Amino acid sequence: MNVWNKLLLILFMAFGAASHGSTLEICSTCPIKSIKEGIDQAQAYDTLLIKKGTYLEFDIIVDKPLTIIGKDYPVVDGEDQGEIFTVTSDNVTIDGLFIINVGTSYTSDYAAIRVVKSKNFLIQNVVLEKLFFGIYLEKSTDGRVFHNKIIGDAVEEFNSGNGIQLWYCQNVSVENNIVQHVRDGIYLEFSDQIVIKNNISTNNVRYGLHFMFSNDDLYQDNTFENNGAGVAVMFSKKIKMYNNTFKKNWGAASFGMLLKEINDSEIIGNTFEENTVGISIEGSNRINYKENDFVNNGWALKVRGACYSNVFSSNNFLYNSFDVSYNSKLNDNSFSGNYWSNYTGYDLDKNGVGDVPYRPVKLFSYIVNRTPETIVLLRSLFMDIIDFSEKVSPVFTPDNLRDNSPLMKKLQ
Amino acid sequence: MLKILKYSFYDLMRSRWSYVYFIFYLLLGFVLLFLNNDVSKAVITLMNIIIVLVPLIATIFGVMYYYNSKEFTELLLAQPIKRTSIFLGQYLGVSGSLAMSLVLGLGIPFTLYGLLKSNAIWDFSLLLVAGAFLTFIFTALAFNIALSNENKIKGFGYAVLLWLFLAVIYDGIFLISLIIFEEYPLDNFSLVSTMLNPIDLSRTLILLKLDISALLGYTGAVFKKFFGTNFGFFVSMGVLMIWTILPVWRMVHKAKRKDF
Repeated sequence: MNVWNKLLLILFMAFGAASHGSTLEICSTCPIKSIKEGIDQAQAYDTLLIKKGTYLEFDIIVDKPLTIIGKDYPVVDGEDQGEIFTVTSDNVTIDGLFIINVGTSYTSDYAAIRVVKSKNFLIQNVVLEKLFFGIYLEKSTDGRVFHNKIIGDAVEEFNSGNGIQLWYCQNVSVENNIVQHVRDGIYLEFSDQIVIKNNISTNNVRYGLHFMFSNDDLYQDNTFENNGAGVAVMFSKKIKMYNNTFKKNWGAASFGMLLKEINDSEIIGNTFEENTVGISIEGSNRINYKENDFVNNGWALKVRGACYSNVFSSNNFLYNSFDVSYNSKLNDNSFSGNYWSNYTGYDLDKNGVGDVPYRPVKLFSYIVNRTPETIVLLRSLFMDIIDFSEKVSPVFTPDNLRDNSPLMKKLQ
Repeated sequence: MLKILKYSFYDLMRSRWSYVYFIFYLLLGFVLLFLNNDVSKAVITLMNIIIVLVPLIATIFGVMYYYNSKEFTELLLAQPIKRTSIFLGQYLGVSGSLAMSLVLGLGIPFTLYGLLKSNAIWDFSLLLVAGAFLTFIFTALAFNIALSNENKIKGFGYAVLLWLFLAVIYDGIFLISLIIFEEYPLDNFSLVSTMLNPIDLSRTLILLKLDISALLGYTGAVFKKFFGTNFGFFVSMGVLMIWTILPVWRMVHKAKRKDF
């Protein structure tokens, strides 16, 4: 924090030096009593300093390049009337506000802070509660959403909004935010060159992270835990996902991560723990899966079809009920150099690589795909016997689906 | 009854079978942990062993003990002792010593390997509880078989068949019927079928701890209720109790009427 504070200070000083803006104070005893008044009276590049107190305001339109700073977290209460801040100007900073009671509407997406067609915005240290949509970025570029806390009270999908939503945005970074109890924690649509870093998105009604048609994005060091349906990423290209954690997404339609029509991407160093399905892959090609840990999932990987030229290497598959499940006999993906805790082979030449190939798809997973109720027979002796016979001579599972160089020791 | 229980218990101790069984589990526990170096993985391997071996050993041992001590039983019957206490005493002596060997034999190595600090402790205790239940259930079933069959060969044959049926064949029939009737709603059927077999039942109980994430992958309200809440745990435990009480009751009932 200290480093950031210093950086910010430098930033402000730079701005100040460039624009010579003045500071306007807003409080209940000041000449300026409301934020709207403050914005009316301010010149471009001025700073509005909002002091502690409660401001019952909504539909605040920021149409000048202003720096709006809250001191000791002043409360901006929208009284469920509608949208609270709408930023339409470039170079706007919103910092340190506590915004509550955003209006709910079924026809328009009211947000606590909406940024429309702006550049160089900065939204930081904001706390949002009782919201519909949280931070809604629309056709905006070159901005930053940093260190905000969004706590919703969503119960149903149809009458709740998303925590941080990016729509047709470019070059925005979303970092160190905490998003809880909203519909989709972080939602991106048609947004390119976005960096999503160090966020914690938990307990959301639908997805922790959801993106569609968003290319060239980087997702790093985020945690997605206990979300209704995990994380869904669809119809995108050139995505990089590094060191994220996907945890405890349980349920029939729940995934650690759902990949649908994702091409030419990299999924490296992530941890998938205790999910019903670690990664569910559908129609995704040329993806590099490396150094991921799949721990205690029901299914580590569920490959559903039309997945070609994917490479799975150097991953740890630890104590999953099923390592890989396929629903067809075709396979064009390669598995090599992974560690499988279910591997029972030996290593006579002691080079750390097992001498017998490992077949990650069990016959039982094929049966469960067909008749889901058979899941109650998991780990029974009968199943072990038929799995063994399938292992010796594969009939139902893809013949070439095997890891020819399974590791003997877990990758650190 | 207590006297007879004590006698059976010490008899098993003296004949060294309890020790053999105890040492077998002790070695198994140490070897498993030595090879795996990981408590949670060892628990999974152990589950397979408990579900297959414990019923087998309990069945064979129960039948063997009954036939072996038959002359002594007849001697006791000539004394003014209640039949119930003779048979219950013998039964509790055998199953008690088997269960103790199991719990101690596996408990010691796991405790030494730092189980108490690991979070696998609940899975492991559940495993031991399930193992103890299986011992009691299968010893009772074995006593039933032995009481009903004077012929030793026949008795052994039935006992092995019983184990084979419940451990392997039952699941095979279960699986085939699930696949044949896959067009129909099968949630209730599959859960009830699991309840009807003590081996499947204790497996389910352990699965509830180990593989809960996979079990929740199936869309079905009944499944969701059973596996998603504590409901499944309590029902399984309850049915396991019934599975213990029923064979014991039948054994006592049969013994009362039997003409020796």
